[in-house]
Parts: sequence; structure tokens; C-alpha cells
Amino acid sequence: MSPFDSPQDKPFDAARGKPSTALGARADFDQLTVDDVSRHFGRRRALSHISFRADGGAILGLLGPNGAGKSTMLALVATLLRPTSGRIRYGERDAGAHGAALRAAIGVLGHDLFLYPELSARENLEFFAGLYGISDGRTAAARALETAGLADRGDDPVSSFSRGMRQRVALERALIHQPRLVLLDEPFTGLDDASTAALGLRLNGLRAGAAIIVLATHDLDLAEGLLDRAVFLRDGRMIHTADRPGALRAMYRDVMTRANVASGFSRTDG
Amino acid sequence: MPSWFTPLAALCALMFATAPILIAQAPYESTMGLVQKIFYVHLPSAWMFLLAAITCGIASLRYLFRGDPRQDRLAWAAAELAVLFGVLTLVTGPLWARKAWGVWWQWDVRLTSSLMGWMVAVAYLLLRRYGGPGSDKLAAGLALFGIVNVPFVYISVNYWRTIHPTTNVVPTLPTSFGVPLWFSAVTFLLLFVLLLRMRVRLEEQRARVDALYLSMDS
Amino acid sequence: MFAHIVWLVLRKDFTVEVRSLEIAYTTLFFAISCVLVFAFALVQEGRAPVGGAAGILWIAVAFAGTLALGRTFERERQAETLRALLLAPAARPAVYLGKLLGIVALLTAAEIVLVPLVALLFQASLLAHPVWLALILLTGTVGFAAVGTLFAAMLIRARSRDVLLPVLLYPITVPVIIAGVRATGVLLEPELDVGLLQVWLALLVCFDVVFVTLALWTFEPLMTE
Repeated sequence: MSPFDSPQDKPFDAARGKPSTALGARADFDQLTVDDVSRHFGRRRALSHISFRADGGAILGLLGPNGAGKSTMLALVATLLRPTSGRIRYGERDAGAHGAALRAAIGVLGHDLFLYPELSARENLEFFAGLYGISDGRTAAARALETAGLADRGDDPVSSFSRGMRQRVALERALIHQPRLVLLDEPFTGLDDASTAALGLRLNGLRAGAAIIVLATHDLDLAEGLLDRAVFLRDGRMIHTADRPGALRAMYRDVMTRANVASGFSRTDG
Repeated sequence: MPSWFTPLAALCALMFATAPILIAQAPYESTMGLVQKIFYVHLPSAWMFLLAAITCGIASLRYLFRGDPRQDRLAWAAAELAVLFGVLTLVTGPLWARKAWGVWWQWDVRLTSSLMGWMVAVAYLLLRRYGGPGSDKLAAGLALFGIVNVPFVYISVNYWRTIHPTTNVVPTLPTSFGVPLWFSAVTFLLLFVLLLRMRVRLEEQRARVDALYLSMDS
Repeated sequence: MFAHIVWLVLRKDFTVEVRSLEIAYTTLFFAISCVLVFAFALVQEGRAPVGGAAGILWIAVAFAGTLALGRTFERERQAETLRALLLAPAARPAVYLGKLLGIVALLTAAEIVLVPLVALLFQASLLAHPVWLALILLTGTVGFAAVGTLFAAMLIRARSRDVLLPVLLYPITVPVIIAGVRATGVLLEPELDVGLLQVWLALLVCFDVVFVTLALWTFEPLMTE
């Protein structure tokens, strides 16, 4: 129970910021399995009976309107919340026993960006590189700025950035430790067309690098063509899944109409 | 309710009915007079207050590290009883003090420590009431800190009072009252157990209603 | 590695604060306002009551400390950066310790201004024994901030946290306030009672040790939902 003996604080390979796998510093897995997971807040059913699998080298989209439970699902997978019932497995592991090792393998882009507005982009990136145990944080931060296309603005405070620029820094912050599992909450918010295209390229690059990517969005047009699997959520329930989905918008409309009809019937049934 | 509840409740009621007779017949304390009788209520309340606080602290510790909701319900029930018996203690204390010390409130170490402990119990309930979702864990943390804090409060208030030059000579509290006091204490203990059981049961029922509500499929 | 995380968090808080100086200025000015309010309430015919300076100093520290704690964690809440800290594989107790040291540094800075001000306004010989005073202030501030940092951190996801923080914090930190005020009061006496000072300091040190340990131990379970 002592706070000091959790298995974190293992050194990372300096040059690339990758974990030194020889030490087994962080959990490695190539599959995320969500098995009949429910989460309640008091009497509010945020999620009920969700099951899906996300594989390495694939992008899974959590789609649905606001309040469907997408963010809660991401928080559960990120180990920030514990499920009320059901299991989330990372490869063969459960979240409980491998807290820090698991967190070292997860990168999260939150809806609230997780950046200190008073600090410059570079300082933000270096700070988080340090927290993730990357010994050469400076190089990692410089490379991340390069990738974000903000190498020349790196020393300006984040508060002076536009929403799109912040979003790009936040994404690189989430990816600075080259996570195995990437969780993105509405990553397209505030991005212009060029940035959206760049984000698409970045995600494809991660997919090619065999990362497991879970992306929550309500923006179907931007997710179009990017997803390998789509999970549709509504009112905390899974109403449809599709592999290699095309024509998302039509599918979404269809799925939501059917869900409306279904819930309408059950309501008249009592 | 468990099978022991009703007989025990009857016994407790009977004892509460008998207690005044015993207290009235207890030896009359000459210097303090009638007001001394308040101790048959004051001391048992103070003991139950302490018992409730300790119960709340231990249950909170177990809830914090094991996450068992039963411990959480127990801690909540105990915190409410701590506030209840704390009020009894804090009201009866000054009533006696008015007669013994000539003032309503004396910054006596036991009275002051009780007041601080009672404040923590009230803070616990405020946190649970207004803290929103997740406040159960936070309240458990507060209860744990509150229990660990008890010796510090006691020692600091004690030094503050005794070293302070203007301390009055406080008459030591008489500690032996014989049978009526123990009778009274057992009566209060029964009341404590019954109330705790009832309060925990209420939370259990609430949890069950919530579970049933959540298990309905739409 | 543990120490490195503590250092990173502390340096980050320091950099953020130096950029804006918001918390430093508001805390300090609030503390000075407290001193003045108490001066108007207590000073009669140009003289403060005996030992009043000690009490006013600690009230100002406690009030300003509460404000600083609330603001510091409000800042971590704005872009949900506390979540990001908890998501990192870094040891969570190290995050707590980093925040604690930041708060202690901030309050120490405020005290450096407050002490001469209180001494001046109340004609109190606070600076007669600077080493003793520094020891009392440091141990007292650490004790207050140890409990305060944990409570402010855990209240970050509670409703009505602004008002709940002092409601939870003051009853628990009563021993610190009593010991701090009394020990400072001893310094104001014409003859220094070293034995008594040692008693109060011992109490403060014990409080610090017990509550810092307890906070490090409970930070992890308190911060996970």
C-alpha cells in the first residue's frame, strides 16, 4: 500500500524517447479489449454494457452525439475512472495491477488539451517528457515541435496560440512518449482544413507504427475514410459497430433512426 | 432488519424509561447539587460521540484502501451519529459549566477538543451533502485526517490552556457515579447500536433501489 | 527519479507563477488586508492587546494560505492539467510533494513581507529572535500546507470546492494555529522561555511528520475515482 513501491520511474531510451524494453519498464500489448463495461455515476448510467476490441495498427472511432458517453469511455480506457462493472484488458493485463507501467504506454489527447497556457509550447513538451521519464526531453520536445509544424513558435506562450495551434501542440504532447495506445477526444476541434489533413496523415503514420488508436468524435465528415472500425454510442449504449465503414453519415443517420424507433417502442411498452 | 433489532429496541426503550428513576435515586452530590445529575447524560453522550468518531475513522480507512461500499455506508452513518451525540455533549457540557465554573463556555481541554472533533464531523457531512459525485472518497480522507488529528488537538489545547497564565482552577470532573452511570452508558450504547443499524440499513436500501433502477433496461 | 518528478513539478509551478505573479500578488495583498482589518478591530487607543501580533500574523497566514491553495489548484483545473499529471506514469506522491513545496515557498515569501509589517504596525518585537521565528513559521507553514495541498487537490473535482476548502481545512489545522500563535507569543515575552518554545516546536514537527506521511500515503487512493 506504500505509495513508493509502484513500478514506475524506469529509465527510457534517451535517443528516441522510446521505452527501453529490456527493462520491461512499461506494459506492452497489441490489443485493447473492452468487455461488457458499465459505468454509473450515482443513478446516472453513463455507459452500459459496452464491448469492443481495438487492434494495433488500426483506428477505432467512437461515434455519437454529445453526451453519448464517448469521453467517459476514453477516461475508463485511460485508467482515470474505474468501471462499475465489466473489464478492460490491455493485451492480457488488467488496469489494476499495472497502474504506472500501463499509464506509460497510454497517450491521451483530452478535450481540455492538458497544456499550461502560461508556459511556452517547448516548456510544456519538455515538462511532460520529463514526467514520462524521457531522459532527453529537449530533443523529444524539439522533434515534437517540428512535427506540429511550430518549430519557430516554440518559445511563445501557449496562451498566444490559436485553438488549432494549441490542438497540434496538445496532440504532440500526448504522443511525446510514443504510446502504444493513443486516445483522442475530439481531435478535430478548431483545426482548419490544412491542419485536419495533417492530423489525418499523423494518425495514418501512427497506424503504420502499429499503435492502437481510439478516437472519439461527433464529426463524421472529418472521420470519414480514416476509421478501420466504428462503434456508435448513444445514451451510453452501443447501438452499432461496423468494420471498414464507408459513408459514415448515411450509416449514422440510419443507425440513429433505428435506435430512436427502438427506444420509442420500449417506452410505449412500459 | 435483523431479528435482534426489535427486542433490543424494546429493551432500550425500557432502559430509557427506567434510567430517570435510577438517576433520581442516585446519591445527591452536595457541592454541585442537582446540576450534577446532568453527568448521567453528558458522560455517556461523550463516550458515544467518541465511539462514533472512531467507528467513522476506521470504516473510512478501510473504504479508502479497499473500496468496499459497506464500509462507506457505515462511515456515513457513524458520522451522523457523531454529530448527534456531539450536540448532546456540547449542550450538556456548558449547562454544567454554568453552575460549576460560573461561565457558559470554558475553554476546557475536553470541551474544546470535543468542539473541534464535532466540527470535523459536520464538515464530513457538508462534504458529502454538497461535494457532488465522488465526495464519498474525499469524505473518507477527511475522516481519516480527523481521527489522526485528535491527539494533536488534545495536546495543543491542553498546553494552550494550562500554560496560559489566566487559567482558572478548574474543578476536576468527578469520575465515579456508581451504578446509575453505567446503566445510563449501556442505555446509550444500545441506542447507538440501534441508530447505527437503522441508518446503515437506510443506505443499504438506497443502494439497492439505485441498483434496481440501473438494472432496468431502458 | 522520485526526486526528479518533485523537482519538475516544483519548477513548472515556479515558472508559471513567475510569468503571471497572479497568485503571489493577490495572496500577499489579501494577507495585508487581513492584517489591516484585524488592526482596526483590535487596536484600541493606539495599542494592540498583548500577544495580538502573534495571532494576527497567523490568521493572515492561514487566510492567505487558503486563498493561495484554492487558486493554485484552480489553475491546474482550467485545462485539466491535473488530470494530465495523474495520467503520467510519474509517482503520484511525487506530484503531491512538488505541489506542497510550491505552496510552502509561496507562503514563505508572503511571510517575509508580513512579519516586518506586523512588527511595525503593532510595535511587536517579532524580529528579536529571528532564528526561532523562522523555525516556527517554517514548521507551521509546512503543517498547514501539507493538509491544505491534499485537501485542495482532492476537492478539485468536488462541487462548491471554494467554500468546502476552508470548512475542511481549519478544523484539522487547529493544532498548527494554536502552536504557531502560542510559540510566536512566547517570542514576544520580555524573557525567552526556551523550554516552552521547544514544546511547541516539537508539536509542530510531529504534526508535520505525521500529516506529510499520511498525505503521501492517501494521495493515490484519494485522487483515483
